[in-house]
Amino acid sequence: MAVKEEQQFKELMAKGTSLGQVEDDLMRETIKTQDLWVNMGPQHPSTHGVLRLILSLQGERIVDTEVVIGYLHRGTEKLAEARTYHQIIPLTDRLDYLASPAMNFGYVLAVEKLMGIEVPKRAEYIRVLLAELARISSHLLWLATHALDIGAMTVFLYCFREREMILDMFEMLTGGRLITSFYRIGGVAADLPEGFLDRVKEFCEIFPSRVKDYDDLLYSNRIWLSRTVNISKISAEKAKALGLSGPSLRGSGVNWDLRRNQPYSVYPELDFEVAVFDGCDVYARYLVRRKEMLESCKIVKQCVEYLEKTEGPVMAKVPKVIKPPAGEVYMATEAPKGELGYYIVSDGSTRPYRLKIRTPSFANLIALPELVKGHMVADVIAAIGSIDIVLGEVDR
Amino acid sequence: MAEEKPKAKKVEKPKEEQQEKPKVDFNKFPEYRKVKSKFPEAIEEAELHCDCLCLRIKKEFIVDVCKLLRDDEDLKYDYLADLCGVHYPKREKPLEVVYNLLSIPHAKRVRLKVSLAEDEEVPSVCEVWPSANWFEREAFDMLGIRFANHPDLRRILLPEDWEGHPLRKDYPLEGPPGYREKWLREHLPYYNKL
Repeated sequence: MAVKEEQQFKELMAKGTSLGQVEDDLMRETIKTQDLWVNMGPQHPSTHGVLRLILSLQGERIVDTEVVIGYLHRGTEKLAEARTYHQIIPLTDRLDYLASPAMNFGYVLAVEKLMGIEVPKRAEYIRVLLAELARISSHLLWLATHALDIGAMTVFLYCFREREMILDMFEMLTGGRLITSFYRIGGVAADLPEGFLDRVKEFCEIFPSRVKDYDDLLYSNRIWLSRTVNISKISAEKAKALGLSGPSLRGSGVNWDLRRNQPYSVYPELDFEVAVFDGCDVYARYLVRRKEMLESCKIVKQCVEYLEKTEGPVMAKVPKVIKPPAGEVYMATEAPKGELGYYIVSDGSTRPYRLKIRTPSFANLIALPELVKGHMVADVIAAIGSIDIVLGEVDR
Repeated sequence: MAEEKPKAKKVEKPKEEQQEKPKVDFNKFPEYRKVKSKFPEAIEEAELHCDCLCLRIKKEFIVDVCKLLRDDEDLKYDYLADLCGVHYPKREKPLEVVYNLLSIPHAKRVRLKVSLAEDEEVPSVCEVWPSANWFEREAFDMLGIRFANHPDLRRILLPEDWEGHPLRKDYPLEGPPGYREKWLREHLPYYNKL
């Protein structure tokens, strides 16, 4: 060995390589490395639930990742087959429990599309108002925990302060803070209580200034930038092929928002911008969600304006027993995390024959091994945070 | 009384649509025309559900049809929104795979279906859209649909040693009878002393 090394050493020196480089190369040849398997989760604070990752490491670099899910599987789709259409609404709450109005929204829209029900406009505005507040609340929780994972503690406390305001509003309106179950097939459960819109207005006024507070902490923070810029890059083509949707897809420069491109409910009447950034990295996904919070705030303001001016029913005339005609429907809506699709097969009875829920987190998680390949172990946490998953939604 | 009238109307509306279905001229859909011209035998049946075109494809053609839909300039179905299985025990071919495709450039959706007998396999579409990997694993896990050429066909949501496929219609809601006792007997050494 020694003779061979000496020869190599001489050869390399003759080529004009620096001494440090030569030593480095020799070390790499003589010391053998082996992939190390590291189990991350299912009980890990940064995985936001029960997600297990099996990382294959070469030193500190990730070679391969295996994602193990299913720890929170509750059989929602099987349960749905044994329940009537109205009884399924509370089940949908428990998918993405951080933005349950958005989960209800997709489901009731799917059933309404199947039955051809027209919903009163006031009810639609209340629904959009709630769904957008839920989006803000979901993004706030995302920003809080994502920043906390990467090491920015203060943002967590600020974001939760504003999220608390939204949850209080939910409590005032629906009685529940997280699991609201406020949507009904054909409308919403009740009209708005007195004083609710004033509170929403108050929130809308202060919220943009609060986003500035977060910006002060993160937007050009050097540590934040070095942890997010150029981390987990994914091109637009690859993102589409791997099934990323929502803010994660828009962070790769794909201008695709179901609220704008395949509009439903009253979104065509509302004025808002779609947040698209083409950085393709964790920072771009942060920018998308940051802007989406402000845009959602704009939508909420417009809803409040409409709801203050008008009165009317909040429930369509829907039969007591929901019995959609035989047929099938796939209804996709823009949930905070991405495309939420409900595929319902009806056989004309009071229960769905099959309900498949295409949840955004499940599809976004497919891309995780691709996102973390070649990065450091610490970047896994940034990557998981950047696709914003909720395990209730992944495992259903 | 006044309330009842609109109720009746609303329920009837979709029924009328259903009756009209056979009259639909599917040639107006570019998806239908293109698939028909390139693979004349591939389409078994075409339907329209809530304004969404559904094509039933023969399983031998599914990968070719998917590639055509993805690569054609006028179609560009570059996004697999959803893939799932449905169990129809009364049909001659009891299993069905449903592909919900989305074209981001054209903002359109189309649905493909493949019917399978109990012992048949459907070619995997992982090579067309890599995201199909997990969706197909889920369909295998929940309904026991097998996908040929799938890189890693294992259970995904349920534990590896799970027996049966829960979303089949003959699978009881509370699990197979006696399952809980059997599991406890295997995993609890002092089960008999309880």
